[in-house]
Amino acid sequence: MPSYSEYTEYAEYTVGEPIKDERAPAGPVNERWDTRRFEAKLVNPANRRKHTIIVVGTGLAGGAAGATLAEQGYHVVQFCYQDSPRRAHSIAAQGGINAAKNYRNDGDSIHRLFYDTVKGGDFRARESNVHRLAQISVEIIDQCVAQGVPFAREYGGLLDTRSFGGVQVSRTFYARGQTGQQLLLGAYQALSRQIAAGNVEMHARTEMLDLIMVDGRARGIVARDLVTGEISTYFADAVVLASGGYGNVFYLSTNAMNSNATAIWRAHRRGAYFANPCFTQIHPTCIPRSGDHQSKLTLMSESLRNDGRIWVPKAKGDTRPAAEIPEEERDYYLERIYPSFGNLVPRDIASRAAKNVCDEGRGVGPGGQGVYLDFADAIARMGRKAVEEKYGNLFDMYERITAENPYEVPMRIYPAIHYTMGGLWVDYDLQTTVPGLFAIGEANFSDHGANRLGASALMQGLADGYFVLPSTINDYLARNPHKDEVDASHPAAVEAVRETEDRLTRLLAVDGDRTPDSFHREIGELVWEFCGMARTDEGLRKALDRLPQIREEFWRRIKVPGTGEEFNQSLEKANRIVDYLELAELMCLDALHRAESCGGHFREESQTPDGEAAREDEEFSYAAAWEFTDTGAAPVLHKEQLTFEYVHPTQRSYA
Amino acid sequence: MKLTLRVWRQQNADSPGAMATYQVDDVSQDMSFLEMLDVLNEELILKGEEPVAFDHDCREGICGACSLVINGDAHGPERTTTCQLHMRSFQDGDTIDIEPWRAAAFPVIKDLVVDRSAFDRVIQAGGYITAPTGSAPEAHATPVPKADADYAFEHAECIGCGACVAACPNGAAMLFTSAKVNHLNVLPQGSPERETRVLDMVSQMDAEGFGGCTLTGECATACPKGIPLFSITAMNKEWLRASRKVKR
Repeated sequence: MPSYSEYTEYAEYTVGEPIKDERAPAGPVNERWDTRRFEAKLVNPANRRKHTIIVVGTGLAGGAAGATLAEQGYHVVQFCYQDSPRRAHSIAAQGGINAAKNYRNDGDSIHRLFYDTVKGGDFRARESNVHRLAQISVEIIDQCVAQGVPFAREYGGLLDTRSFGGVQVSRTFYARGQTGQQLLLGAYQALSRQIAAGNVEMHARTEMLDLIMVDGRARGIVARDLVTGEISTYFADAVVLASGGYGNVFYLSTNAMNSNATAIWRAHRRGAYFANPCFTQIHPTCIPRSGDHQSKLTLMSESLRNDGRIWVPKAKGDTRPAAEIPEEERDYYLERIYPSFGNLVPRDIASRAAKNVCDEGRGVGPGGQGVYLDFADAIARMGRKAVEEKYGNLFDMYERITAENPYEVPMRIYPAIHYTMGGLWVDYDLQTTVPGLFAIGEANFSDHGANRLGASALMQGLADGYFVLPSTINDYLARNPHKDEVDASHPAAVEAVRETEDRLTRLLAVDGDRTPDSFHREIGELVWEFCGMARTDEGLRKALDRLPQIREEFWRRIKVPGTGEEFNQSLEKANRIVDYLELAELMCLDALHRAESCGGHFREESQTPDGEAAREDEEFSYAAAWEFTDTGAAPVLHKEQLTFEYVHPTQRSYA
Repeated sequence: MKLTLRVWRQQNADSPGAMATYQVDDVSQDMSFLEMLDVLNEELILKGEEPVAFDHDCREGICGACSLVINGDAHGPERTTTCQLHMRSFQDGDTIDIEPWRAAAFPVIKDLVVDRSAFDRVIQAGGYITAPTGSAPEAHATPVPKADADYAFEHAECIGCGACVAACPNGAAMLFTSAKVNHLNVLPQGSPERETRVLDMVSQMDAEGFGGCTLTGECATACPKGIPLFSITAMNKEWLRASRKVKR
């Protein structure tokens, strides 16, 4: 415990020493990345093959990092829970990837992308990191084109771009509505080349269940072969987590069903600080749920907001079909409230506005939990063919799920959990507070502050994986040569394996009367209600009271059929829920302690007179990095103060 | 809706499998096919039985994990992935047969889960463009005619689910392989490795035990992403051209 720790009055946590990023060099922001790369020590190319690096996850960040590290000559041992590295959930990203190429000559620049991202993140991100991201964005497009990613092109053969929520320039590169798929396949193919060359040892259908620490450094992982159930240890000079975000704590989200937080949470338990867990993003354009059977939510690309107009009836409880509601009885509320950005306001604002009109009783569709996204004007203006060209696959997907034809009736949309800005705390080198443990992509907290702009997740994942980590990890490896080989007989490894086996054995032994999914749903509904789109002091306390009760009940009533020595999907789920339970608690605690609104974190007590998020910069201009103590015990809060030298914090305004 | 399901159950790769019959009541037509299986599995767990294992992940038709043969059709009666198939495609009282992908190159792991790692090895044999990170020229240095970019995209849409193999009476992987060959070979960036790519990928495809192609066209009919049948003839042309050009 830190010497001056103090108990706060309302929730159980203590405040520890402040934390600081020591890696970003001083000097002008546009020179810092160059400076850092120059100052970083290098590993002699001939020595790289002697270094092993573990990479967990094969999405945009992990796939890109695995391929690039292997190209540099490192020996990479990589893991994914899916049956193939090609299936990581980055594949589902639809809209596009930002890059400050200024191909449109519309006033874009690296500085503008930097500015937009810091502002969009509601001034809760580190300037050094965001500027680097904007710089690297242009290299990413070059890299992906060289790999054969089939971006949309114009008739002259050059790349097409479009604009995206929260910005006024056209800097988003896309491949129809499947940009994530195409970028991921590019990374997967680069990774495949390295697998074939013997530089990457790929373990598919293998899930990381713990981190192995030796002498205070990350030296390996415990992983379970999901086919045989065998638990094994793997060792390396450094461990990279690229395991994605924790949105599935909400049960219903746009994440893949098996996306999970276990890798980052286990690392957190081993000492890696977890930053800003309450910064979760709710995406405004998802297909509303159709009933209690709903297993996940499907996102419709935000790019739809470029041409679709969002509205609800002006009158409460208007149940007429959309076509029968005359123009003057419709409320195009985003265009009305935010005349200059209109339907293109950032995601958090669009989501909250949808919640507000539904709360007023003006929502549409079953349960009144939906708003219209109408393409009638776009079809009249551009013609059906042009709309089809741009959004065809999204319209098809919508029709398949809802059995409604969006060319004829307006789509219905509603917000859903989509992305988590919080994650493992990392410094400028993307290293966590555990030496030798790095976190990249959505798994870290670094670049998006309290809200991520559209088409920035793909940019960050690939920036981290292709360019940032492969530069910065050299420095760690060069400065920290490992003299001792570690193997499965090391006491730390033996202990980690024993703990993992104990947990699985315990899950199988309870033999209670509730399924893993029933618990997952319960946790999800609780956090959605109290730590979702709008949060209150009272609600968060309720959630914090309830979560330990659910945890206790879980260990009394969980039922996991089968054994641990076989393919057992119930066991996989139950084991992930153990971690969601703890993570949900930290998320609610973080949301409770941050008594301000910013970005995706909206505290009802903290809003402007016109209902916008009101930041409290005096008190909360910091990233909250949490240190784990024990299950159910008070964590320690370490504050990283944020300073803004280039983008002066202002009240975000999109009016 | 009330349904009767006949589901392939197989403990592991080494044990024999058999069809097992289950009743599922209370199915809503708005459920996806996999949500209907979720309902069955919740009931099985509470009864103390093992739930039916099946691969699934994104549930939005893009990851390619889901893989069921439904009433004899890969991904069922609609042209989509199993996860995007909804119960409104069925009638109250229907009996539905659910089986795993059936192909020699895709051995069963458990129940409805199969091993599709052969696809990864086909890609590893040449389904990439060699462009190490950092070596890329400026993106606009090489314009690509829109028609070629669209052609590449149309083939790049493949999600690697394996429905083409499951649907093919020969268990061939020609549509999967040709989709990647055509995606990369039409692009100027892919042209330096054009010949070795098609030759190596086809060799690997054969080595994995996929069957030969007799152009029945079942693959393109089953493909949820609409990879066209001419993809195969285009690859055959590429292969012939490469075989003449490259002395192996």
